[in-house]
Amino acid sequence: MRYESPTTTKAAVALLSGEKGQAYVLAGGTDLLVRLRMDTIEPDLMVDIKRIPAMSEVTKTASGFKIGAAVSGAALEKNKALVKAWPGVVEAANLIGSDQIQGRCTMVGNLCNASPAADSVPALIAAGAKAVIVGKKKRTVPVEKFITGPGQTCLEKGEIVESITLPAPAKKSGDAYLRFIPRTEMDIAVVGVGISLTLKRGVIDSARVSLGAVAPTPLLVKAAAKAIIGTKLDDAALDALAMACTAACNPIDDKRGTIEYRERVAGVLAKRTAKIAYERAGGK
Amino acid sequence: MAGVHVTTTINNDPVEYVCPADESLLDVLRDNLGLTGVKEGCGTGDCGACSVTLDGQLVCACLVLGAEAEGRTITTVEGMADGEKLHPLQEQFINNAALQCGICTPGFLIAAKALLDENLSPTETEIRYALAGNLCRCTGYDKIVKAVQAAAKDLRKQNKKKK
Repeated sequence: MRYESPTTTKAAVALLSGEKGQAYVLAGGTDLLVRLRMDTIEPDLMVDIKRIPAMSEVTKTASGFKIGAAVSGAALEKNKALVKAWPGVVEAANLIGSDQIQGRCTMVGNLCNASPAADSVPALIAAGAKAVIVGKKKRTVPVEKFITGPGQTCLEKGEIVESITLPAPAKKSGDAYLRFIPRTEMDIAVVGVGISLTLKRGVIDSARVSLGAVAPTPLLVKAAAKAIIGTKLDDAALDALAMACTAACNPIDDKRGTIEYRERVAGVLAKRTAKIAYERAGGK
Repeated sequence: MAGVHVTTTINNDPVEYVCPADESLLDVLRDNLGLTGVKEGCGTGDCGACSVTLDGQLVCACLVLGAEAEGRTITTVEGMADGEKLHPLQEQFINNAALQCGICTPGFLIAAKALLDENLSPTETEIRYALAGNLCRCTGYDKIVKAVQAAAKDLRKQNKKKK
């Protein structure tokens, strides 16, 4: 295996597209180096992107935020402007693993790992985040379209995610992410729910609802958003939200929960998540 | 396999080594450099026995490549004591019998120090969350938490004296 640590995105793309064997991007390494160790991958080349300055920072842009592919969970938490604008996104990213893992893991890595249960992904989808992909050409893909199956993404050979962009939050808006796990910390989501919403005169004017761990890919559930738009999140709206979320599930049975359990929890958790987002938006 | 030549700083000392590109920092520290205070538990980032700091950030050395350390600053448990004088955390782990077999201890010490460097008055809950990435299979966590609380108290006293 060769190890390279280029200092520009262009050089990283050239290395990845020029490699004839198996090439991997190394960001935090919290998934990749485990796979290396387990011998489930045999890389010919590993391209460490942490020396690329543009990928190592969170920048406030005219349209919102740009989060570089090499930014760790710990660094996200320290960015006060980002925490204020998108608390749900940062909380979701910070739920992943221990402090040791947070020191290394990245949100783009979480996305590219493409686990159906990836914690940051539903929060990103709810927030309307986009992945900025660089290869032969630059293209931008909404996060909900990025993951194509368990462990599968829309990335082609020689392509790399340079950053994730988040819009500037609208006035009177709020987001939240909750996940359910059988223990207090450090587990894989049984269900994860990300919701962002915007109020107009106290009524929900727009919303995005996303579910994780209940289908082969994280889902954007438009019917669930529809259930709360035009409401003040009264009990009837919350029940409709829960029903829409339960109906959208297509989960597996595993040691963490049965199909029926995940469907039920998706509804309950969506209600709780919506209440937090609503409160953060200033709703009463 | 071509080796990667790395120049780095470990426990304030300049260090150079050559390692295979796919070798973990954990293996480099233990096998090449003899820093065996860094323990290997799971090797997959779950147990925290190999906790070190990399540019001040708490990480698992098993999930870092040796090659990545170029130009960085690493601290291991070997760098915690000031010569013969133990760090207050080390003192209090002994006083509180917060260890039994000792395999997890260096990782706990490094993680606890990372916490106290940020927050000298952590609540019990904060301590438990901060140490959630470190597993102990013999002593149990109560004594460890008590040791961290006692060390935090010592450090607060020390800081007061300095002022």
